[in-house]
Amino acid sequence: MDCITWSPAGRILQVEYAMEAVKQGTPVLGLRSKTHVVLVSFKRAQSELANHQQKIFKVDDHMAIGISGLTADARVLADYMRNECLNHRYVFDSAMNVGRLVAQVADKSQQKTQNSSKRPYGVGLLVAGCDEKGPHLFETCPSGNYFEYYAMAIGGRSTSAKTYLEKHFEEFESADLDALIKHGLEAMNKTTSSDQSLTTKNTTVAVISDKYRELSSEEMQKFIDGLEKKEDEPMEDEPAPAAASGDAPDAPAPMDTSG
Amino acid sequence: MAPGQYSTDPKQHTLSPIVTGATVIGMKYKDGVILAADTLASYGSEARYKDVCRLKKVGEYTLLGGGGELSDFQYLSDQLDEMADEDWLNEDGCFMGPKEYSSYIGRVMYNRRSKFNPLYNQFVVVGKKKDEPAHLMYVDHQGTAFEENFVATGFGMHLGIPLLRNSWRADMSLDEAKALATKCLEVCFYRDCRAYCKIHIGVCNGTSVDISAPIPLNHFWGHGAWTEKRLEDDDPTATW
Repeated sequence: MDCITWSPAGRILQVEYAMEAVKQGTPVLGLRSKTHVVLVSFKRAQSELANHQQKIFKVDDHMAIGISGLTADARVLADYMRNECLNHRYVFDSAMNVGRLVAQVADKSQQKTQNSSKRPYGVGLLVAGCDEKGPHLFETCPSGNYFEYYAMAIGGRSTSAKTYLEKHFEEFESADLDALIKHGLEAMNKTTSSDQSLTTKNTTVAVISDKYRELSSEEMQKFIDGLEKKEDEPMEDEPAPAAASGDAPDAPAPMDTSG
Repeated sequence: MAPGQYSTDPKQHTLSPIVTGATVIGMKYKDGVILAADTLASYGSEARYKDVCRLKKVGEYTLLGGGGELSDFQYLSDQLDEMADEDWLNEDGCFMGPKEYSSYIGRVMYNRRSKFNPLYNQFVVVGKKKDEPAHLMYVDHQGTAFEENFVATGFGMHLGIPLLRNSWRADMSLDEAKALATKCLEVCFYRDCRAYCKIHIGVCNGTSVDISAPIPLNHFWGHGAWTEKRLEDDDPTATW
């Protein structure tokens, strides 16, 4: 079965399955004020002996991506985006426009949905960046779709973070940086299951303005200490994807989707 | 050569300009930056085309002034127009400014000279994008590029720069800047045989880019020393 064949119901299942791969990763979220964008990721370690899998990649001084899905695919896209930004700086002596790079990435993804000998990317990106029009937050999908947001969360268990963001996004625009980070961690905290919590090891917070910065563990600890106490309510998770039905929700996928 | 045949001669590139423009003067002033050039395109020493505009508006905020090979100037102008169209097609309200265009032109010029196929020009790229500081950059056919407060190309490097060094100030008014640029081109007209007595002045102030209609220069050739019959005129050994 290739990714250019329609299903009788008028859908392209291989592309939809690729979209499901995004949900197999751990959550990553982004939110923006009028000066900054903050990306927060929740990382998984493959085993006790392994490092946590990196989820946020700096693309350029003014841009970063948070990823969910196949880390290997994400690294290919990060590589492409870094090259584009570097080329742009070489030729034009200026930072690349965020929206235009996102459109290029989306075009790249779309091409992989229209060729029988290719497979779509199995990764979703949150692209955070600042350009002449201010801070931006985009999401790109394996399907080639892309959207711009005030705040967004993607990846497994991200629904509860999205609910939090939907409730609070009107405060983000005028929020100062500390408040923005706090909202980001608060939203991420909603995604963790009852037996886990945010730590400086499994969480990354990146701040993007015209500079890129990751919070040190000391800085992050202060924010984590200030988080609201979690209530022990049962988590309403999104239904298990059709392709993975039968598996336990947290069972590892046959390929590395720990990103 | 008949079609289908190929030459055994080595590939030839343009190694000297044919139809040329002379001086371009550029300088920053209080509220932006101006550019001035005369309207002549010479064919060797012949004053061949006397009503050519050597200033070109690029995108929304930038002006390009070109000396040297006129066809190369026109070629680059067309390329830049296409790039400006692409900005427009993106529909995101982002337009490149003088910094981007001048850097791009610098890369193109260096790339071409590295292929031993230069665009034979000296460019001045100026502009001001909204509230950003005014930008002025010199780029030549070898890819040499630098930013300055004032700059002159061609013979203006010798005849205009001394005047600019003496009189240029960062807080000049537009009228003062125009007068100084005019003065430079006037001196060029008197002493540079490829210069002309009609000029364009372009102004970028952050909100608009304007190129003036052709402005005639004042010039006076009736000085006594130039009209008086001189001793040598009767000298039978003189060769003129």
